[in-house]
Amino acid sequence: MSAAEEVVTEAPAVEAVPKRAMTLGVGTSLVVLAALVIAPLFVKNFIIFQMTMLLIYGLAVLALNILTGGSGQFSLGQSAFYAVGAYTSAILMEHVGMNYALTLPIAGIICFGFGFLFGQPALRLSGVYLALATFALATAMPQLLKLGYFEHWTGGVQGLVVTKPDAPFGLPMGQDMWLYYFTLVITIGIYVASVNLLRSRSGRAFMAIRDNEIAASAMGVDVALYKTLAFGVSAGITGVAGGLGAIAVQFVAPDGYTITLAISLFLGMVVGGVGWLPGSIVGSAFIIFVPNIAESISKGLSGAVFGVLLFLVIFLVPHGARQVAIVAQQMLGKLKKH
Amino acid sequence: MLAINLRLGAFAAALALLAATSSGAFAQKKYDTGATDTEIKIGNIMPYSGPASAYGVIGKTEEAYFRKINAEGGINGRKINFISYDDTYSPPKTVEQARKLVESDEVLLIFNPLGTPPNTAIQKYLNSKKVPQLFVATGATKWNDPKDFPWTMGWQPNYQSESRIYAKYILKNKPDAKIAVLYQNDDYGKDYLKGFKDGLGDKAASMIVIEESYEVSEPTIDSHIVKMKATGADVFFNITTPKFAAQAIKKNQEIGWKPLHFLNGVSSSIGSVIKPAGFENSQGIISSNYLKDPTDIEWKNDAGMKAWNEFLDKYYPEANRADIFVMYGYTVAQGLEHVLRASGDNLTRANVMKQAASIKDLELGGLLPGIKVNTSATDFAPISQVQLMRLKGETWERFGEILSDDVGG
Repeated sequence: MSAAEEVVTEAPAVEAVPKRAMTLGVGTSLVVLAALVIAPLFVKNFIIFQMTMLLIYGLAVLALNILTGGSGQFSLGQSAFYAVGAYTSAILMEHVGMNYALTLPIAGIICFGFGFLFGQPALRLSGVYLALATFALATAMPQLLKLGYFEHWTGGVQGLVVTKPDAPFGLPMGQDMWLYYFTLVITIGIYVASVNLLRSRSGRAFMAIRDNEIAASAMGVDVALYKTLAFGVSAGITGVAGGLGAIAVQFVAPDGYTITLAISLFLGMVVGGVGWLPGSIVGSAFIIFVPNIAESISKGLSGAVFGVLLFLVIFLVPHGARQVAIVAQQMLGKLKKH
Repeated sequence: MLAINLRLGAFAAALALLAATSSGAFAQKKYDTGATDTEIKIGNIMPYSGPASAYGVIGKTEEAYFRKINAEGGINGRKINFISYDDTYSPPKTVEQARKLVESDEVLLIFNPLGTPPNTAIQKYLNSKKVPQLFVATGATKWNDPKDFPWTMGWQPNYQSESRIYAKYILKNKPDAKIAVLYQNDDYGKDYLKGFKDGLGDKAASMIVIEESYEVSEPTIDSHIVKMKATGADVFFNITTPKFAAQAIKKNQEIGWKPLHFLNGVSSSIGSVIKPAGFENSQGIISSNYLKDPTDIEWKNDAGMKAWNEFLDKYYPEANRADIFVMYGYTVAQGLEHVLRASGDNLTRANVMKQAASIKDLELGGLLPGIKVNTSATDFAPISQVQLMRLKGETWERFGEILSDDVGG
């Protein structure tokens, strides 16, 4: 069998995850939620900022998870959608003077449109070829942002500085804490919506396509529509994450949205567990904190240390955080029996 | 919650008042976060990994230099605790690292963070927190802006000043020149180009016959050179980074184009540009510098260069001595040492900025003879002098006086 045939006839790279296994139980969800709500009251502003970034990258990983884990399509181009969202928010805030909260839905809608349109030609591609097409998008984006034509709006290579919002209604909390809770509310909203989406008719269509495209279309699923829709939804959520990221970091520049970001998000999804939505936050924690840990172990070899840690994770728990969660659940079950 | 905050606020205000009224009585030692009787914490952010990792050597040199200071007893009896983080040249990461340094490690100041986009990302934050962003490692022109950003200060001569100096030279010595410009399509290239056009003034449009730009990702710039030759230009302003600069010099020779060649100071290294391009191809090229090029034989017996070599032997033996960034890191670390010594026992952030803004004619071993560091409350561009030089034989021959052209941000 030639290598090409092997790719084509191989079992789908994305393992079929039953939809019930994609979420957490109610009890666990409430515990996690409580922790996320209470924790910022006891930590420094810097940690709150990191937690905000955790949620933001978590959203971006979640978006990729819907695309890959839900509909079985690969993307290495999420950084492009993230950048479009970030720039949309930044430009609307700084040039148009719009309220930061209003820029987010606009960023989401623009990215949805962008993703939906990109999904059209991408339909003809699948698997690694689709990954390559999106990769091209990610490498092109930083240069597009530098183009002279848009420089008046984008600030070119110098980027744009964004003003950080204060807490409204005279609430007695700092900018960081306000932004954290603001992000948390949006994250929860999007998470719940995503869970519902995957449980809905559309979600079932996504998963049918993921598991077997031919069978799905035989059952009457409009494959083309749902594939592009998945792209659009994923891009839209990534765009909202990008907009939040711009507000939290207070700065957008082409160098912040390179292919490295796209690969980080991809990494976060794999580490969190493909198709397991709660894993997104674990994956996000991995891409934010593990590079810092690697750097503290060795400055000169931080990349190598990161590589070793990543290798260990993939080797020991190939299904990522989902696997850890399942094992923990089984152990808890055993304890209860005794 | 609100009531507690109010009460705390009142208490803090009372404390501040107390401190203000009593400071005259015992003003010997004053500290802000990050400084104590025994230690000064300095934060730094460098791209140790990622696309700009070649600059990481600056951070390593600085770390070695502060080890030397500590081994020799520290500054006014205080050891330097140099905390340097990697931002991979990605602005969002720079913000995270800057906040970590200020809020978690609690450093006195952030010293020499590298790159224009990363520094832009943290400038507003550091100024609102009133934490010095001292001697930033970028040649962009905007860092000299004490009115809007009193906590940010540049270090090296900025790109625009340098190219204005070339422009002035051309106007004086070759007023009927037909100029071809090749520049890298990013902030660095555009900054140089802007300074050059400003320097030529209203004659820019008629004198510049072609502006070519290249992307840093291009494997070779040969086609641009051929295109520029075809315009019949007799002056070539070469705004390229070392690899491309060497290519341009070689290609010029190959196709027999012999304009008056101005090479930006970024690529004036003998070791990484002129030697690979060939000395015979480079004769007569004009460039400028403010640092001593360690690969230039002129400095073989120079006292400053000897001290540099001794420092490297002892504290950073694996350093690549042909690398101009090692010289850069050494010199800027000496600049910080000067500021901290001048601050004495008054190690508040405000006083550090005040001392940084009152440097008078400071000469450092790595700077060209005659080039001095000068700052004032309205001049936040510490080094703003360069000297023109022409390649002759295997070394740069400096000519003319030390030139300066301050451009504010």
